[in-house]
Amino acid sequence: MNKPLSPALPNSLRTGPDERGHFGSFGGRYVAETLMPLILEVEKAYEAAKADPSFQAELDRYLSDYVGRPSPLWFAERLTKALGGAQVWFKRDELNHTGAHKINNCMGQILLARRMGKGRIIAETGAGQHGVATATVCALFGLPCTIYMGATDVARQSPNVFRMKLLGAEVKPVTSGAATLKDAMNEALRDWVANVTDTYYLIGTVAGPHPYPAMVRDFQSVIGIEAKQQMLRAAGRLPDVAVAAIGGGSNAMGLFYPFLDDSEVRLIGVEAAGHGLDSGQHAASLTKGRPGVLHGNRTYLLQDEFGQILEAHSISAGLDYPGVGPEHSWLHELGRVEYVAVTDTEALEAFQLCTRTEGIIPALEPSHALAHVAKMAPEMDKDAIILMNLCGRGDKDIFTVAEALGVKL
Amino acid sequence: MADGAPSRIASRFASLRAEGRGALITFVEAFDPDRATSEALLAGMPGAGADLVEIGVPFTDPMADGPTVQRAGQRGLKAGATLAGTLEMVRGFRAKDNATPVVLMGYYNPIYSYGPERFAKDAAEAGVDGLIVVDLPPEEADELTVHTAPQRLELIRLVAPTTDEKRLPVVLSGSGGFVYYVSITGITGTRSATEEHLAEAIPRIRRATDLPIAIGFGVRTPEQAAAAARIADAAVVASALLDTLAGDLDEAGRARPGTVEKVLEQVRALASGVRGARRQAA
Repeated sequence: MNKPLSPALPNSLRTGPDERGHFGSFGGRYVAETLMPLILEVEKAYEAAKADPSFQAELDRYLSDYVGRPSPLWFAERLTKALGGAQVWFKRDELNHTGAHKINNCMGQILLARRMGKGRIIAETGAGQHGVATATVCALFGLPCTIYMGATDVARQSPNVFRMKLLGAEVKPVTSGAATLKDAMNEALRDWVANVTDTYYLIGTVAGPHPYPAMVRDFQSVIGIEAKQQMLRAAGRLPDVAVAAIGGGSNAMGLFYPFLDDSEVRLIGVEAAGHGLDSGQHAASLTKGRPGVLHGNRTYLLQDEFGQILEAHSISAGLDYPGVGPEHSWLHELGRVEYVAVTDTEALEAFQLCTRTEGIIPALEPSHALAHVAKMAPEMDKDAIILMNLCGRGDKDIFTVAEALGVKL
Repeated sequence: MADGAPSRIASRFASLRAEGRGALITFVEAFDPDRATSEALLAGMPGAGADLVEIGVPFTDPMADGPTVQRAGQRGLKAGATLAGTLEMVRGFRAKDNATPVVLMGYYNPIYSYGPERFAKDAAEAGVDGLIVVDLPPEEADELTVHTAPQRLELIRLVAPTTDEKRLPVVLSGSGGFVYYVSITGITGTRSATEEHLAEAIPRIRRATDLPIAIGFGVRTPEQAAAAARIADAAVVASALLDTLAGDLDEAGRARPGTVEKVLEQVRALASGVRGARRQAA
């Protein structure tokens, strides 16, 4: 059943943010004064690029010839049979160059950085996927690149660390705080403050100060724009439900945004429940957090009663973040998108199901989305359609999965 | 304090101007490494020569701070620092010192979590005079100033080398207390500005405001403090004092019997530097 939308909803949900970067009460620009002129400069440059057809043409060329877009839409027939209900369709962003949706955004931002004449790129990374994608586009354009990565993540994601180094990036382990993604983001912001003239900060998700949440969403929207056209072509109609995993929320925002005004399409974001929502070890900021201010924007955060930020947990390092993009917080409060959570165990089961029925090894991030699909599909009619963003491939996760399954490699 | 009476910050700068010298502003992180030590430091700083004191409110994610202040915040959090606990520190200080201005420096989320309205009321009652909220630029500050203004809590704004002529008036509008000039593009405690840079930057700000100007970030030695207080109206010293504190802790991270005195000794040296420097005619 489609959830009825509140009559108080604006005519279009695709007009945000406002000129100050707010989505309702979320978003904004909560940064130190030293950074403020920089993000205003990025905003100005992005507005100019958006209005310039040659920028979009250049981006389109790289997306098609280098990234390999459009990514296919795939009817997962054996999985559908196994679940015994609604048809499951995959938007296959795991087939992009570098194996995930992250490159869509990196391609857009690196072209922007070049337009701005910035000669050095910095980025944060958790699992390393955004770091690899950033290092890739920097190699493509011959730009020096520094990737901040929590020391804890450096230790548990060594293949991606090696990949980044092969691509010519400098990987700086961050030991402050809990030494994970949020600390890597703090450290990247500190680098940017200290290197204001030549450096561009290439943020990997729909978070951070305005204009990043809107800009990253725009670059990722290619996912939903393609999927909508492909779905109409293949099935003659829009899906009943679109599902995506949520960490910071960039793949979900990219899939959902073009569908926001199609009220007949139910949108579901799947957060990481880790060891369980009541375990205290999860990354479900929308389900269990409350609004706060971190990394330049107001959004739902995992925090203690005093406003100190808590550590997130998920088996998927890409979902292991205590916040979420501000537009998701807004869509959550409006009720336009439903947010649910699945545990590490459920994601692992979905990972194996997908591998065996479709011959596709998914990343642990979309395995969360798939775990929710596996719960809802059997309850739906056989002619109903679920569209799921398969936003990354799982090669990077085989060590984690092996360990979780008790297999020694 | 009656309405219309000058604030503690304004009174202090006025009397220093009459003395013909600039101010020394020293920093203590709340509950670093424990509540009693930070309270003893706070209580001892005015006697050692601090003209204003700044209290850091620990936050898990201090994005504008270097390793020294980050670690101080982590020690404070480990010792149980909260915003409420920090206000209690101020209340205790005010019971004995009703003249030295107290400024809280921190990040917005603990205030937002406490509730901006309740915070403004409690902070004013505790005797806080000014606030520096690092990640609350003018564009987002209304939601706090609507509550702090009626309480006569002054919002002290940061001006950075990157703040250009067009932006400067935006930053200064609604500023109170003094203007905090972040003298380097970078995080706290990492490097220092040159006197040449300051001699150019401060008059630029001076032309745009009547508020006193303090120089912070990278002011470490009595000589640098003297130069800052001479070129501007005040020098803020934070990381250098925290380094002394951290360097004196035992293996378990606890303060030693002489730790407070060691930091206060450094405050005395900084104060004598500042007091020895006559100000340039404004």
